[in-house]
Amino acid sequence: MSLTDREGRLLRRPLVARLLAERGEALVVTGLGSPTYDVAAAGDRAENFYLWGAMGLAATTGLGLALAQPERRVLVVTGDGEMLMGAGSLAAIANAAPANLAILVLDNESFSETGRQSGLSGGRTDIAALAEACGFAGSLTLRGAEALAAAEALLWRSPGPAMVVAKVALDQEAPVLPSLDGAFLTLRMRERLTERHQP
Amino acid sequence: MTDDATAAAGEGADWSGAVFAAMKARDVRTVATVPDGGLVRLLNLCHDDPDLRVVTLSSEQEGIGLIAGLWLGGQRGVLLMQSSGAGNCINALSLPAICRMPCLMLVTMRGEWGEFNPWQVPMGRAVENCFAAMGVHCFRADAAEEVGESFAAAADLAFNGGFSAAVLVGQRVIGAKSFR
Repeated sequence: MSLTDREGRLLRRPLVARLLAERGEALVVTGLGSPTYDVAAAGDRAENFYLWGAMGLAATTGLGLALAQPERRVLVVTGDGEMLMGAGSLAAIANAAPANLAILVLDNESFSETGRQSGLSGGRTDIAALAEACGFAGSLTLRGAEALAAAEALLWRSPGPAMVVAKVALDQEAPVLPSLDGAFLTLRMRERLTERHQP
Repeated sequence: MTDDATAAAGEGADWSGAVFAAMKARDVRTVATVPDGGLVRLLNLCHDDPDLRVVTLSSEQEGIGLIAGLWLGGQRGVLLMQSSGAGNCINALSLPAICRMPCLMLVTMRGEWGEFNPWQVPMGRAVENCFAAMGVHCFRADAAEEVGESFAAAADLAFNGGFSAAVLVGQRVIGAKSFR
């Protein structure tokens, strides 16, 4: 499946599938809405934790997971609105300096879940520059498929914390809905990562 | 007791030391915080312990996500904050509630006993009601010698049952901040 549309804009669903094909043993945390659907569409598994609410907390949930599991790569996949609601957490993450944490922001410059209202990143705000200014080890904005190899390196191999902001088309495919049961999603990941899932 | 924060608490037990011991006994590895004057001694104890990681936040709600992520990865955390910060956590508390995860918090209160700054009063008064509305079990401690055992009780409730639990350390224990 092509990663871009006729105008050369990245398509989120095939982009996420392509990037996750390299995940190996990595753990993935998603922000609410379309990023959850995109990651679920690429394959539901115990190493995925989907947020269906708590907007703004995807990045810090990823931070906690990265600190607790320093041997694993942790990828947060979220949207521009969710990331900006947690903008201050970029400073907390940069200073905690987890080398195994990366964030992929699927930036459609819109609140696509709620009626496609304009988002702040389509105006004057540059999310990758924000991460850089907060002290991230690396960040880049992906505007087409050309720099994909650099994005993959930043997400999976470079010392974190790292961020890739992928400018994606507003069009999206039908939602793919993983379990809404937070307790199930929690136990499923903990069982995979710990010997005992309850103390 | 020569420490400033302990001296400010006046007479009474070393509640910070008791909380620290209870944290260590329960294998808490990470302390998330937006600092408060009432937390000085406890935070110093945490910073001085090579087995504890202190994560400084820009806003308290980030700590709810952090603690959730730690739990997913098999570790225990605690969030230390001032009462004003409790208000920043409200929607974030959906995460531990719906995921049945432990969320252990310690809140040093402002806006009550001898408060100088009236801006601290509205949120200080609202902490218990807001937390209760989000399903957080609150343990109030208004004497220094009660804080450690309250924290231990809150921690056991949280970690054994997957609840959110908070110890509210009364301003009378900490001592009112004075700008004069």
